[in-house]
This record gives sequence, structure tokens and C-alpha cells, in this order.
Amino acid sequence: MGLRDALFGRTTQAQPKLDNLFALATGALTLESELDLVSSGEAGLCFKAGSGESTLTTDADIEQLLNFDEAKNTVSVSTDDLGFKWLVIKDPDLESLVTRIHSANTSMVENGLGPRLLCAVFGFVPKTPPGDGSLRLVYLLKQGTFYPFAPTGHDQRDNELELRVRSFLEKDIPMEKDLGRWMALWDLPVN
Amino acid sequence: MSKTKIESDHGLNVRMFVTGFLLVLLYAIIITVLIRVGVAFGLVIVIAFALIFSQYFFSDKIAMFSMHAHEVTPAQEPRLHQIVDRLCLLANMEKPRVGVAEIDVPNAFATGRSPKHAVICATRGIMNRLSDEELEAVLAHELSHVAHRDVAVMTIASGVGMLAGLVSRVAMWGAIMGGGGRGRNGQNIVLLEMITWVASLVIYVIAYLLTMALSRYRELAADRSGAILIGKPSVLASALVHITGDMGRIPRTDLRKTEGMNAFFFAPALAGGSAASLFSTHPSLEKRLDQLNKLERELNG
Repeated sequence: MGLRDALFGRTTQAQPKLDNLFALATGALTLESELDLVSSGEAGLCFKAGSGESTLTTDADIEQLLNFDEAKNTVSVSTDDLGFKWLVIKDPDLESLVTRIHSANTSMVENGLGPRLLCAVFGFVPKTPPGDGSLRLVYLLKQGTFYPFAPTGHDQRDNELELRVRSFLEKDIPMEKDLGRWMALWDLPVN
Repeated sequence: MSKTKIESDHGLNVRMFVTGFLLVLLYAIIITVLIRVGVAFGLVIVIAFALIFSQYFFSDKIAMFSMHAHEVTPAQEPRLHQIVDRLCLLANMEKPRVGVAEIDVPNAFATGRSPKHAVICATRGIMNRLSDEELEAVLAHELSHVAHRDVAVMTIASGVGMLAGLVSRVAMWGAIMGGGGRGRNGQNIVLLEMITWVASLVIYVIAYLLTMALSRYRELAADRSGAILIGKPSVLASALVHITGDMGRIPRTDLRKTEGMNAFFFAPALAGGSAASLFSTHPSLEKRLDQLNKLERELNG
């Protein structure tokens, strides 16, 4: 934010950084070898729907905008308790999940929704034995960094696991250095 | 990007620039006059600067103290923190400290000399009265104040105004005293003192009006940025209507205690009189709603 912006009292809208998203594939390999965690087959994209903004007034419009769902029923849209929209994609293959999240982001940016994007979340579950979702990797779209989120209940999180994940993944993917930004996402719709 | 037009309002920029320019011009005129007169008044200026500086430097503590506000942790106010967290990540800005003022007046304010030292604060009254979405809109407005560095801008502006009045008075007083004793009598001194007094008063009033105008433009700018951040100008508009509607019903006497804080408030606590618009720190509700309405149309169009 420059002096000119401060003088005139205006802010430039923050645009998402999408490039680092693809680093996740490498990170996932490390997660599997070090912590025995594999993709849960679910990923979510969290954004704040504004008023107007071309055609995006209903959930159906959003699904239509992200028209890459050939198999059907693998994309769903929901709204969380803070009024943010969640686009949840199901796909057993992590790489194609990343690609689909990326293309969803891209088409939102193209439709002028870039500043509205908050984060993308990828679910991870234990490989043996298969269990429920225990860890999520959150990609902060404006910052272009990842952080781990391991909820253990309605409002508890496993900080120890999160810090271990960070130490394993630091070399592979850009982790968010400011722990204050490791935002809690309680009751998130991504498993 | 196609949306850049929304981010800056040309008319608003021009008005803000003109107001700021006039303030600086006023300051420059006074300095020129002073240099011409050539009075020693260093000490007065040093003191004035020290006052302005400490007001700026401790703005967060002063404001929090005078509002009986205290900082809250995420454990104490999870909802408030969650909303601020998301807004900051959305705007890619540093998260300020978060505070709550235990008073029932529905309002919110942002303070602190820089984004690093900023605190945004909501009163218990506003948290009780607004929906989560409206509260989010209000907090987006306050975060815009932080991003726009409004505490710094307004402190400098009002400091300049204060200094202008003070310095011109000292200077003219010095001119009278140092002007040589030849041909001076009692009547002249009284007359000169009258002129000094009136002139410094006029300068102070002009500076004050300009500062108020600047403050109103900063409010409109924060409304604009806040509404763009959440993407829903209408939600901010409805929050404004709720707060202002509620505030109108509360007796004035109770609200006067918070008068000193007006410049940093979301909506001013004192209900305005008939000729109050020139003297008020905040634009009228109609003006703010008008702008948000226009913005809503721009976003939809």
C-alpha cells in the first residue's frame, strides 16, 4: 500500500496467487511417506459471494460457471455459518483435484471474483487403517501459502500434529510463516 | 482488470485532494507570515509538536482507555476474531488487535498509529444489535480505516489545524510586542490585540472546518473500500441504518460522554443539529447510503 493510496483513502483489491497450488503434489508424497496420510478425495474452495457480480446469485449459477463436472454429482456448493460459500469437489485422484481447484480459481478470477477468494482446503486421511479425515491442508489464496489444520472436535485442534506436518512439508511447499494466519475453520464441509 | 474502476472514485479523490491541499496551503501561508515577522517562537512549536506526536503515538492506548475498551483473545470472543481473521486474509492485510468496549452504544472504531499497531474495537452494543453479516460489514469499514492509515492522516490534519491557530496567534502577539515602541498608546494595543484574537480565531475555524471535511471524505472512502471488500454494499447500508436508527432513540445526555471520540467512530454518537453538517466528522446517513447504493449498481452493472 503506497503513500498515494493512503492519501486518497483507497485500497487495491488483493488478487489470488494460484501458482504455488501445484506444489501440493510433492507435499502429498511426503505426507504419505512420513505420516501415512493420503488424500481423502475431497477438496473445497472457500469464497465470499458478493451481491450482483455477473451471474453468481445462486448456487446453480456457480456450478454452471465451473462447468467441468462431466461425471456429475462430484461438485456441491454450500454456505457456512459466516456466510462464506464452499465449493466442494470429490475426486479420488489428488492431482486431478488440484487441477480442478485450480481451474475453478481461474474461472472465478476471469469472472472478476478474484478478490472474493479466501482459501482452498484439501482433506487427508490415514492410509492404514482407513479412518476419518484428520488433517486438512489449507491453501491461503491471497498469500499463496499452505498451513495444516487438524481439528479434533468441534473447537479443538491438534497443534502438535500441525507443527509436525509443517516440519515435514517445509521443504516441499511454501508454508505460512505467520502462525496467526493459521485460521481455524470449524465445521468445514471438506472431509 | 475490469473491476479497477470501482476501486477509486474520481470525484471523491478530487474533493479529498482539494481539502488536503487547502490545509497545507493554510499552513504554508502561516509559515510565510511567520518568517516575514521573524519571531522567536521555537519553544511553543516544540511543545505543540510533542503534543501532537504523543497523541499520534499513543492513539491506540488513549482511544481504548477513553472508551473503556479492552483487548480480547480468540478464546474470549471467537466470533469476532473469526470474522476479522477472514476479512484480513481476504484483503491480505495484517490482522490488527481486536478489542471490545463494554458499553451499550452501538458503535465501532479503529485506532493505532500504523497498521502494525492498529486495534479495531466493537462495542458490546453493536455486537448485540447487528447480525453477523452486518457486523462483518462494519468491521470491513474499520479495517479500511486501518489500511488507509486514517489515524495518521487525521492526526496530522488536526495537528496542522491546531498548530495553525496557535502559531498565528503567537506570531501576531510577538509582532505587536516586538514592533517597536514608537508612537504606541493604550488604544492601539487594545485594537491590535483584538485583531490578533479575531484573526487567529478565523484561522482556527477554517482549519477546523477543513479537518472536518477531510474526516467526512475519509469516512466515505472507508465505506467504499469496506463495501468492496465484502462485496455487498447493501449489507453495510443496512448496518448503518440499524445503528443510526437505534442511536437516534437513545437520549443525547448519555451519549455526550463519548463525544471526544467522534472522529474515530463508525457513526457519530451525537445526533446532528440543523446546521451541523459542516461541523460533523461523519457524512450524513443519506450521503453514505447514496454512495453505497451507487456502488451496488456499479457492482451489478
